[in-house]
Amino acid sequence: MTPHMLTRSLDRGATMFLAIVAACGILIPLSNLLLPAGSFFQVPTYLVALWGKYVCYAILALSIDLIWGYCGILSLGHGAFFALGGYAMGMYLMRQIGTRGVYGNPILPDFMVFLNWQKLPWYWYGFDMFWFAALMVLFVPGLLAFCFGWLAFRSRVTGVYLSIITQAMTYALLLGFFRNDFGFGGNNGLTDFKDILGFNVQAEGTRATLFALSCLALIVGFLICRAIVTSKLGKVLIAIRDAESRTRFLGYRVESYKLFVFTVSACMAGVAGALYVPQVGIINPSEFAPGNSIEAVIWVAVGGRGTLAGAALGAVVVNYAKTFFTSGVLAPYWLFMLGALFILVTLLLPKGIVGTFNAWWEPFKAKNGVANEAAEDGVSEPKMAE
Amino acid sequence: MLANLPARLCALALSLFLIAFALPAFAGPFEDAVAKFANDDFSDTDEAIGVVASSGNKLAFPIISALQDGRLMADPDSKKVYVVGADGKSIDAATGEPVASVPDSASAVRLNNRLRRSVDAALGSLTLQSPDLAVRLQAAQSVFKSHEETALEAVDGALAKETNKSVKVALGEARAAILLFKSDATEVEKLEAVATLKARGDQEALALLTGMGDQPASVTKAAASAIGSIQSSLAVWSTVQNAWYGLSLGSVLLLAAIGLAITFGVMGVINMAHGEMVMLGAYTTFVVQEVIRTRYPALFDYSLLIAVPLAFLVSGAIGVLIERSIIRFLYGRPLETLLATWGLSLVLQQAVRTMFGPTNREVGNPSWMSGAFELGQITITYNRLWILCFTLAVFAILLAMLRYTALGLEMRAVTQNRRMAASMGIATSRVDALTFGLGSGIAGIAGVALSQIDNVSPNLGQSYIIDSFMVVVFGGVGNLWGTLVGAFTLGIANKFLEPVAGAVLGKIAILVLIILFIQKRPRGLFALKGRAVEA
Amino acid sequence: MLTKSTHDIAASFSRRGLLAATAGLMLGLASITGAKAADDTIKVGVLHSLSGTMAISETTLKDTILFLIDEQNKKGGVLGKKLEAVVVDPASNWPLFAEKARELITKDKVAVVFGCWTSVSRKSVLPVFKELNNILFYPVQYEGEESERNVFYTGAAPNQQAIPAVDYLMKDEKVKRWVLAGTDYVYPRTTNKILEAYLKSKGVAQEDIMINYTPFGHSDWQTIVADIKKFGSAGKKTAVVSTINGDANVPFYKELGNQGIKAKDIPVVAFSVGEEELAGIDTKPLLGHLAAWNYFQSIKTPANEKFIKEWQAYTKNPKRTTNDPMEAHVIGFNMWVKAVEKVKSTDPDKVIDALPGIEAPNLTGGTSKMLPNHHITKPVFIGEIKGNGQFDVVWKTPSLVPGDAWSKELDGSKDLIGDWVEKKCGNYNVKTNKCLGSGS
Repeated sequence: MTPHMLTRSLDRGATMFLAIVAACGILIPLSNLLLPAGSFFQVPTYLVALWGKYVCYAILALSIDLIWGYCGILSLGHGAFFALGGYAMGMYLMRQIGTRGVYGNPILPDFMVFLNWQKLPWYWYGFDMFWFAALMVLFVPGLLAFCFGWLAFRSRVTGVYLSIITQAMTYALLLGFFRNDFGFGGNNGLTDFKDILGFNVQAEGTRATLFALSCLALIVGFLICRAIVTSKLGKVLIAIRDAESRTRFLGYRVESYKLFVFTVSACMAGVAGALYVPQVGIINPSEFAPGNSIEAVIWVAVGGRGTLAGAALGAVVVNYAKTFFTSGVLAPYWLFMLGALFILVTLLLPKGIVGTFNAWWEPFKAKNGVANEAAEDGVSEPKMAE
Repeated sequence: MLANLPARLCALALSLFLIAFALPAFAGPFEDAVAKFANDDFSDTDEAIGVVASSGNKLAFPIISALQDGRLMADPDSKKVYVVGADGKSIDAATGEPVASVPDSASAVRLNNRLRRSVDAALGSLTLQSPDLAVRLQAAQSVFKSHEETALEAVDGALAKETNKSVKVALGEARAAILLFKSDATEVEKLEAVATLKARGDQEALALLTGMGDQPASVTKAAASAIGSIQSSLAVWSTVQNAWYGLSLGSVLLLAAIGLAITFGVMGVINMAHGEMVMLGAYTTFVVQEVIRTRYPALFDYSLLIAVPLAFLVSGAIGVLIERSIIRFLYGRPLETLLATWGLSLVLQQAVRTMFGPTNREVGNPSWMSGAFELGQITITYNRLWILCFTLAVFAILLAMLRYTALGLEMRAVTQNRRMAASMGIATSRVDALTFGLGSGIAGIAGVALSQIDNVSPNLGQSYIIDSFMVVVFGGVGNLWGTLVGAFTLGIANKFLEPVAGAVLGKIAILVLIILFIQKRPRGLFALKGRAVEA
Repeated sequence: MLTKSTHDIAASFSRRGLLAATAGLMLGLASITGAKAADDTIKVGVLHSLSGTMAISETTLKDTILFLIDEQNKKGGVLGKKLEAVVVDPASNWPLFAEKARELITKDKVAVVFGCWTSVSRKSVLPVFKELNNILFYPVQYEGEESERNVFYTGAAPNQQAIPAVDYLMKDEKVKRWVLAGTDYVYPRTTNKILEAYLKSKGVAQEDIMINYTPFGHSDWQTIVADIKKFGSAGKKTAVVSTINGDANVPFYKELGNQGIKAKDIPVVAFSVGEEELAGIDTKPLLGHLAAWNYFQSIKTPANEKFIKEWQAYTKNPKRTTNDPMEAHVIGFNMWVKAVEKVKSTDPDKVIDALPGIEAPNLTGGTSKMLPNHHITKPVFIGEIKGNGQFDVVWKTPSLVPGDAWSKELDGSKDLIGDWVEKKCGNYNVKTNKCLGSGS
């Protein structure tokens, strides 16, 4: 990423978004660690963990927006990449438990001991090293996305067909990971983590650091996405989104572009999953559930498809709503509210929160003589047609 | 001979009555045994059944059959045992004397599985000569299952008098089963028995042959060859059985997907709330059955017939409502319908959960949907058979409707070219609403059928939605025939994979196959062709 | 200090107002959600799914705890304070369980939590309870192999359900051939491993054991029921031991009934089918199939009859059923109340230390005791399904069975015990005299 690309890719909105994320990434951990517990400005550890989760979801939303908002690929299976990244990290964390597991077995995780497994399956080798696990976090989702995309895009599977087979993919993985024979802990998944890189995962300092890292990952992810969508490549992607056949007739190798952006997006989702696991403390097959992937798409729609910052915002808003509604007197009715939110957003805010805000802000800006940045950076709202 | 049976029966009953009175009530082994029923101890009851059944006492049959139906009452305090007749009149089980009423402290003698088997065996030998053909057949089968030596005499006696061919065969098989296990039977008898069982050729015969224990060498050899021949014929049947299971699963998939084939395939609306329409249909069935149970119990066997149109109306009306209030604002943005209908499905699920509670609701099977019949060596359950027929009927009616009615014509016109249809004077928005209502209504009908084989719970729809989408996409969006072929292909493939790979891996394999298949044919089995497709 | 730094950073950007507002909003949120706990009540957390796939089972348990709290408050509460339930909905979503547990403990400052159904939900909240040092009462039968300082297991361990059931079938029904059918997840896998080892130790040959797993929510049982039929036709008495998970049972039993498999031919003994599950099925074809539990609604004791009456009055539903996990909550709740009254405090450390040894009457006429391994003693009943959706008890253990945290049948755990009183260790190896791993 050259400095030129960086400056070109950042407009005011993007700068603002980055500033807010950076501020949260710095201030929240600091306040959590430095201020005395119970003080008005102190962010309790429980909120740090909670917001850390939101930020991971925001990264996932960003990765979906990159392919859906800018390339028209609606993946209903992105949760699979997220979960695979999570499992890679979870396997590292499991190996770190060592003899502190309930059976005290230095090599085998607990769930293998009590199912009488004698030795570690080959695919668990190497996960005791952080660098290897970190590589796998990118490599496994990336490889799956590459293979899947290579097949699908080459044979020109598009639209709902693509959406449904991505759903089939995550559903197949869900069923597979449920099986205890797969060697990933079955339905219980991987849990009871102790250390990450020698730090206790439950310590406040570790949590704060993980939160800051998640914010950092969100920033980096955002920059990568901006760099992609504002480059020439990005313009081709938008062309594919709006008229795939025409782009192909113009001589672009549509499938290569799609494959590239799909793989990048899967790797991002993998990173989000990897950051999510140590903060939540468990990874299990329910992350592969097709419903989770659909919900992630909904975050993007709520925030605003084709507006990267909006996707991240949507993830935070929807998940905050979920946290809020599932407690207290509203608990029995929260599904009504969540459902209503989805319906109302699609009906009343078809461009999402940020998209609607932009539409309202554009004419206002023009009147005040602010340069038309949206036109400059070449990123327009997607036509919502498929 | 059959004609004078009633007269004979009367005479029998009369003599029974006389004997009961003629014998003075002294405490013999029979009376002791009867008193044991009052101990509420399973081993004592078992002993009592054996003694009573072999006593030759004429009260044996009424006592044992009362025991089977829970009409044998025992008073733990007085150790008296009573038989409550089907007509409500009671007699003392030990003496046969009528009693005015059974004391309140008496309760029905309890059974467990072991005792139920004893009861069946006892009743089997007692009813081998019953005038009722069905009872005789059942008795012969019970004896076949229990194959106790003590029944041999009764079987021989019955065999000599039996005239009905099928009962005769059953008795012969029962006799063979007994002889096979009788230690002092001759080798010739045993060889004959093996031959009889080989001719029967089903799993139960196989069970007897494999479990017969030590036998003379010639018998063991004959049994081994019989086992081999039964097994190879069963293997052929199991292929037929898998095919039937596949058809049955396919029909369920088709039924669940067919409504989606309309809303998604024809209209292009990705209706994630489709499963909830199915669920509403199932709950409609539940409500109909509840009303029938409380008000008109006689109509229970017709409950499903009543539920089908109602479910169609309920789900259809809600479908129209959804189309008018939500979907119609989203035409041309198919992926957004996904989001809105997903939200809708959450709302509908929670609404049902609030109204009917989160637990399963009981939907009963009418008598004509219960049970099974044997076709060769495979079991075909009535509910699956009816669902298959029902599915095909729904499919045929739907095709005919689209093909031959004015509404069908309008629907096809609007989906093919909306603007042209509008300029021809078709009220497109009305057609949209009706099409969506039709798709939802059919989902509701599917719910009626699914309530017969699955849980009726708020989660019912969720378990079918993914499979339904797979079916529609696999068959090719926009083509009803594709959905039909897709559903049956997936169903049969699944059922042939399941015995090999197990249920979980089989399902995974099917999903992977769908993914690979879509690479080969990116628009499903029966792809629509033409320019509109690429738009 | 914080406002100042916020200000500094904000000043360096163009839209400082918005930024400051956002930061302010986040901090404000922190303070709102961290509301203080009222002092005049004792808060009790209820962590059961009210939506999603598990709502079907867990909603009843939420109602049970609300009912128990209501009854306790009528008696004057605990330590002179009223109990107050804090209900959250973890929505059958495992990470959400962890989040909600954290919220209950840190934000609502509950003294104790009653919750979870599935093992994975318990595993998901475990680290939270350990970290924040609170108490969880877990009311469901489970696979065992766990003894944690912060968790009290009031449901059955495998030796309190599975093994007695198999013993009954072996002795009373003379079963020689076994089908172990389960949903493919940890509880059935572990239970079947334990049963397999146990059956082999009793001389059952490998070819007389068939193990079969199905996915969650499996609805097409035709093939499997046919396989069971086939397996049962080998000339030996056959039984099915079912660890099939709740939802899949209805279609399973419907298929059994329709294919004509009667209990007297091939009995099915289930560990996850109770009164609640049977409410969704016409049970007449299922007459005689079995279930093993530590409680049945049909058991006639004064305590049980009183409980059922009050429960039905509380829920205003004269047909509302009761079941085994509900009884586990009743026992657990009463034990907690007794422990709190014993130490005159709700401080988790004190209550945890006080709980082992506490006794509370169960609803079937006995007195259950909390053991040092945090499991309880329970009677085991085998019930046969009756036509009215209830069970008829055909066998029971002569005395209460103490729960084993660690199965004696598995190689990995046969030397382990849990003892939080003397050894202060959940996984103590009696051979090496060492507390394995980090223990707590």
